[in-house]
Amino acid sequence: MAQTPFQSIALVALASFIGSFGALFLKAGAAKVKLGKRYLFLNSRLALGVALFCASSLAYVVGLRQGEISVLYPLVSLSYIWTMLWSWLFLKERMTRNKFLGIGLIVVGIVFIGIGKG
Amino acid sequence: MSASAIAPSAPKHKALSRRQAVGLVFLCTLIAAVSQMLIKLGARGSAVAAPWTSVAGVWANIYPMATNFHLIGGYALYALMTVMFILALRDEELSVMYPFISLSYVWVAGLSIWLFGETMNVFKSLGVIVIVAGVAVLGKDGK
Repeated sequence: MAQTPFQSIALVALASFIGSFGALFLKAGAAKVKLGKRYLFLNSRLALGVALFCASSLAYVVGLRQGEISVLYPLVSLSYIWTMLWSWLFLKERMTRNKFLGIGLIVVGIVFIGIGKG
Repeated sequence: MSASAIAPSAPKHKALSRRQAVGLVFLCTLIAAVSQMLIKLGARGSAVAAPWTSVAGVWANIYPMATNFHLIGGYALYALMTVMFILALRDEELSVMYPFISLSYVWVAGLSIWLFGETMNVFKSLGVIVIVAGVAVLGKDGK
């Protein structure tokens, strides 16, 4: 279990990418939720968000078949980067210096883990 | 979204103290790490049963996962941890609580050595530390 193949890394990166769209649709759906209303999952955006999270988990588990969990789990933090990008593009949330700095640090951390992987 | 829709209403529950909320989130990070170990165990035991190119093939791959006890346990713990995190967030700011979650990277690193014989080196350790710092900086702007 010393090797982490590129395929595993690609699948976990894909999982983080799909999962970030899950978060985007949950956010879009959450804005339309009326409290006290039943059948929450008739909200199509929430349902799509949950479905995307399931798809993301599937890619994650397939990616985890091989490779080191100590390398692959921290890669999930890629989803922070995608999510910030979508929230800026689609939700018009403000980009700030701290957000850029945080993303920069996460990218550097991921590169370090990539260098250190077996 | 109108201002009234996001304005906090009077809490209908007994508020947690800062210490209780931090304790709850700390527990979340431990549960998250254990759930990752279970998911890894479950994933390791499963093999690609069929090509993904047909509906039957996709089903042949998904069915063993959906009935794998390690994976079910891992994702059940993940769901539990999410609920606990939401409970902690009722009384505390996301910006304070969110960075804590990335502590689970540290526990996963330790558990992976113990359970799976994985190795740590300077770059992997440094990577985890820098990512935790990055999440902490991100969290500063979240509310």
